[in-house]
Amino acid sequence: MGRVVNVVVAGIGGQGALKASDILADAACRAGHDVKKAEIHGMSQRGGSVQSDVRFGDKVHSPMVPRGEADFLVVLAADQIEVNRPALRAGGMILGPELFDEKALPNRRSLNVALLGALSHHLDIPEALWLDALRAALPERLHELNEKAFRVGRETAARLTR
Amino acid sequence: MEKKLLSGDEAVALAAVDAGVALGTGYPGTPSTEILETFGAEGGRARWAPNEKVALEVGLGAAFAGARVLVTMKHVGVNVAADPLFTAAYTGVSGALVLVSADDPGMASSQNEQDNRRYAVAAGIPMIEPSDSQEAYDFLLEAIALSERAKLPVMLRMTTRVCHSMSLVERRGAIAPAPPPTFVRDIAGRVMVPAHARPAHRKLRARLEEIRRANETSPLNVWRRGSTSLGIVTSGIAWQHVQEAARTASLFRVGTVYPPPIEALRAFAKSVDRCVVVEEGDPFLVEQMRIAGIAVEGKPEAFRFGELSVDRVRRILAGDATPEPAPPRATPPRLCDACPYHPVYGTLKKLDCIVAGDIGCYTLGVMEPYRAMDTCVAMGASIGVGLGLRHALPEAEARRVVSIIGDSTFVHSGLSGVVEMVYNPPPTGHVIIVLDNGTTAMTGQQEHPATGRTLEHLATSRFSIEGFARACGVPQVHVVDPVSEADGFEKLLKERLAGNELSLIVARRACVLAAADIRKWDKENAERAAACAAGCEVR
Repeated sequence: MGRVVNVVVAGIGGQGALKASDILADAACRAGHDVKKAEIHGMSQRGGSVQSDVRFGDKVHSPMVPRGEADFLVVLAADQIEVNRPALRAGGMILGPELFDEKALPNRRSLNVALLGALSHHLDIPEALWLDALRAALPERLHELNEKAFRVGRETAARLTR
Repeated sequence: MEKKLLSGDEAVALAAVDAGVALGTGYPGTPSTEILETFGAEGGRARWAPNEKVALEVGLGAAFAGARVLVTMKHVGVNVAADPLFTAAYTGVSGALVLVSADDPGMASSQNEQDNRRYAVAAGIPMIEPSDSQEAYDFLLEAIALSERAKLPVMLRMTTRVCHSMSLVERRGAIAPAPPPTFVRDIAGRVMVPAHARPAHRKLRARLEEIRRANETSPLNVWRRGSTSLGIVTSGIAWQHVQEAARTASLFRVGTVYPPPIEALRAFAKSVDRCVVVEEGDPFLVEQMRIAGIAVEGKPEAFRFGELSVDRVRRILAGDATPEPAPPRATPPRLCDACPYHPVYGTLKKLDCIVAGDIGCYTLGVMEPYRAMDTCVAMGASIGVGLGLRHALPEAEARRVVSIIGDSTFVHSGLSGVVEMVYNPPPTGHVIIVLDNGTTAMTGQQEHPATGRTLEHLATSRFSIEGFARACGVPQVHVVDPVSEADGFEKLLKERLAGNELSLIVARRACVLAAADIRKWDKENAERAAACAAGCEVR
């Protein structure tokens, strides 16, 4: 069985964490992977913690990332990092809001997409597929702004890992 | 066909479309809600019923007529629908009737974690259980076919992870349509007086035995041969965890949960040195197997609670009884900042009320800073529990008791509580506050009879909460806006608590999350009505 990539996306209800995980899952799907995504809806939309697991590879069984096996932890709210840290494997990577100076982003609401841009630098999914997934998930009036946020994220990650 | 990333709920809805389901009905409840919403959005005839019992009864009638029907609800909803369910097993159906029970192990958004596989046994209803979205799609088609073949209602059991996880689904294309509905009289088969019910029960048991025999070789069950030292019997989402946690073991996945393929399971258990049942929730399959005299190992009691995961399955298989790591301390949900219920809970706290609460967003009034809820048990229970407290408590305390119930919950199962209040009034009277935010907010803003709009947000007759209370004979019925008339609300509540008269106060103000949509739908409906008045064709 091929390796499965495990990503946990976390934040607070209303920040767009679930939207980000939708876009990631769609991009992985477009790249031809088997994909599963798990999240809990319901009371979480009332300002509580939100967490979504995305797994992709040749064949994915459980939709939930096993504890300590996440390759990436994408966190939209700084106070959710410690809460979700046990999900991360040794040597796994945290991508959090501190990556960006708020002024560098088109607006605060695009943090979710900027973090996806940063994540995209570390994943083997073609940029064009990311952008297709982004456009499919958002209304047209938000495309330009979010594509910009995505590029900011992608370039920031490239700069930091150079 | 191309594969699409879908939730289990969406997959069930698309299967219902492809199966030619003529009617989908149910009551919103996490994690089942999206099934009917998607079915409606995909062109299916989808309806919200006032509660699960009515939904099942409407579904049963349609299936008596020969239609294919889908009825959806969360696990606790099946409790509400249980009365017709048990006897529907005796009457059977002429078309197809599939009841989706969406269970919530771990209680992501529920008041208990009951395991509804027990209902299949108790009622004598065949049950099948998928483990991902593709199976949710395939199993719904299979459930429709089985229901038509066996002439029985069939339960499709799902759980939170299967409902809400997304995985790839390939649609099969439409299946052959059902014959057009027609009424065929069958008095002995559908009028369950004792003389008819006695033979009907025997017939049901004979049918279940036939299904059990067919289940022994059903393709919904999977026997995957591996190492003979360890064999694992599993079902539902646990099947996915097990495949990852035990790559070399022999595996038996039970898709036909009830009646289980007991002889196949006996043969499987015999083929391995150690046979362990790994299942989420109650020890259901373990008990079924042990009753049949099959020696199997179950999971330790600690794993009855909460969801399973790959980690927890590894622990079960390793016999690891060390304490599990504590789950992360997540930020709990709370009332939205602009929620119109804030002033209500502020007042209840200030007046030190004893609050019999109910189920919905407003249950969050139990959180800080209010802590203004003293009971929450079941849909509609606020009224009965409040009345009981009033009957039993000494007068000074009885006067502080208030029942709090949301608009959708009130329509769901608060109505008979009002009748009880009028019929058996406590000596100090009682006060019911209906928190009417114009939507079923907690489950994601679904319509209900008191919004006056259908599932698809089209205009229909509006059930009047205050009109109902007046018609029941409640002497004091008031409607207030808890935000713009906050002072008036407090004054009114004080006055009603001091008196001995029965009171119902509707605290009416739209949910902040739904208000803009409600305005939009009402405007569109008004435009439609105007266009129709001007002579267009009524759709």
